Amino acid sequence: MLGILKSMYVTMNAMMRKPVTIHYPDHHRDVPQRDRAFPILLWDKEVDEPFCTGCHACERACPVECMTVVMKDNPLHADGKSERRKIVDQFWIDYGRCMRCNICVEVCNFEAIAMNNTWAGHELSKFDRNDLVLDLDQLLSQHKQGKIDAWVPE
Amino acid sequence: METVDINVNMGPQHPSTHGVFRMVLTIDGERVMDVEPHIGYMHRGAEKLSEEMDYRQAIGYQDRTDYLAQFMNEQAYCMAVEKLLDIEVPERAEYIRVILCELNRIASHFMFLGAFGIDLGHFGTSFTYGFREREHIQDIFEEVTGERLMYSYFRPGGLVWDVPDNFVQRVRDVLPKSRQGLQDLDMLLTGNEIVSVRSRGVGVMSAEDAVSWGLSGPLLRAAGVEWDLRRDKPYSIYDRFQYDIPVGTHGDVYDRYLVRVEEVRQSIRIVEQALDQLPDGPIMPEKMPRKLRGPEAEIYSAVEGARGEYGIYLVSKGGDKPYRLKMRSPSFCNLSALRDMTIGNYVADAVAILGSIDIVLGCVDR
Repeated sequence: MLGILKSMYVTMNAMMRKPVTIHYPDHHRDVPQRDRAFPILLWDKEVDEPFCTGCHACERACPVECMTVVMKDNPLHADGKSERRKIVDQFWIDYGRCMRCNICVEVCNFEAIAMNNTWAGHELSKFDRNDLVLDLDQLLSQHKQGKIDAWVPE
Repeated sequence: METVDINVNMGPQHPSTHGVFRMVLTIDGERVMDVEPHIGYMHRGAEKLSEEMDYRQAIGYQDRTDYLAQFMNEQAYCMAVEKLLDIEVPERAEYIRVILCELNRIASHFMFLGAFGIDLGHFGTSFTYGFREREHIQDIFEEVTGERLMYSYFRPGGLVWDVPDNFVQRVRDVLPKSRQGLQDLDMLLTGNEIVSVRSRGVGVMSAEDAVSWGLSGPLLRAAGVEWDLRRDKPYSIYDRFQYDIPVGTHGDVYDRYLVRVEEVRQSIRIVEQALDQLPDGPIMPEKMPRKLRGPEAEIYSAVEGARGEYGIYLVSKGGDKPYRLKMRSPSFCNLSALRDMTIGNYVADAVAILGSIDIVLGCVDR
């Protein structure tokens, strides 16, 4: 009997406490700076082009082969505006396949790819799986519009 | 009068099988006469997939085996690769690994303590308490690694990046909460008469049987065998800490619960000591090859996971990929003793016994 009373004491105490949960769709908890959602590409605002040179390093290192990269000659380099000889032409990431292991960010030599650390990277429900394959514009848009403060480990 | 034994299918969608586990019970009235476990519903071929990947890429799949004690899996895998390539891990990385592994053990045991209450019919209360306490630790992991579940934070050689600046303070803040939470769960369950009646003398396994079944972890210790890889086959830097190894006497479900409660306390002790000793320095060796290529060798490395001995058996025939990677998962080996423990008990106790093994189906099926 004593044990049951002790148990009741614990549960009664819980009644007095403030709740530890939050109502999710209405309120979002803060995600930490290192939060790892899905990879996005970063935009070089000084030159107005992506950081990515399309070097295929991430594509080769990806364990689940969720990326496809196409490289092209950089037109801005021919005009002398950019130091990048080559630049990314097409880039697809299949978010349905990605397992968020962060290896693409590690192997990138140009700090051109980062993990999305905002809630927008988590709330990705779609009606069609094909919508989870993002192309270059979609991957770049968040950083281009300044919606994201990406964390790239040194 | 003629009676017939009935076959009852339990699982794979049964909530108290802790995942997708199916057992076919042959029952006579309320008594279990035979159990036939069926596994494989969550088989993803993690071992085979690891053979297709180089040593760095495969780290992501280690998390996905035992998904409640991920850091231990990563530790075992990284230790195997480090042994193969003869890499020395820096001090700081070792300490951070130990802190995270022990926090992971606490989180995993909180999950067990919560689920244990449910298995005994303590509907929901202990589970939410366990989850609440686990969440504090989960927050630390999230701040350190960025992920909530699949951390992929350890690398052969060290860690992928350093911990945030406020890491030590954050862990120090959380430990008292964990202690308080453990005390709550302790008060809720340990002395409770209903829990006692349901778990004492149920699913007894003697020390001899436990050893011959190849059990490890809390199950083995509850049976009275004092065996802990951290102390008896010291790996990493566990020989620098003071801690006790809790041992049970009866080997029943109640003892397994008590052993885990005490293990949480000991893990908190280890974390506190490790935080005091945490040195500064690099987290990766200075001369780290860009591409990891191993010699021809066979390696076995094991760690004391939250559920028992988690081992990686790695065969290399040269090159950047393992030729064979075998995961010795504690859940699978412990589950093999289920039939012995269950026969002769009531159907309701079968749930408690299964819960006391604390299986993770990702670890059983791999």
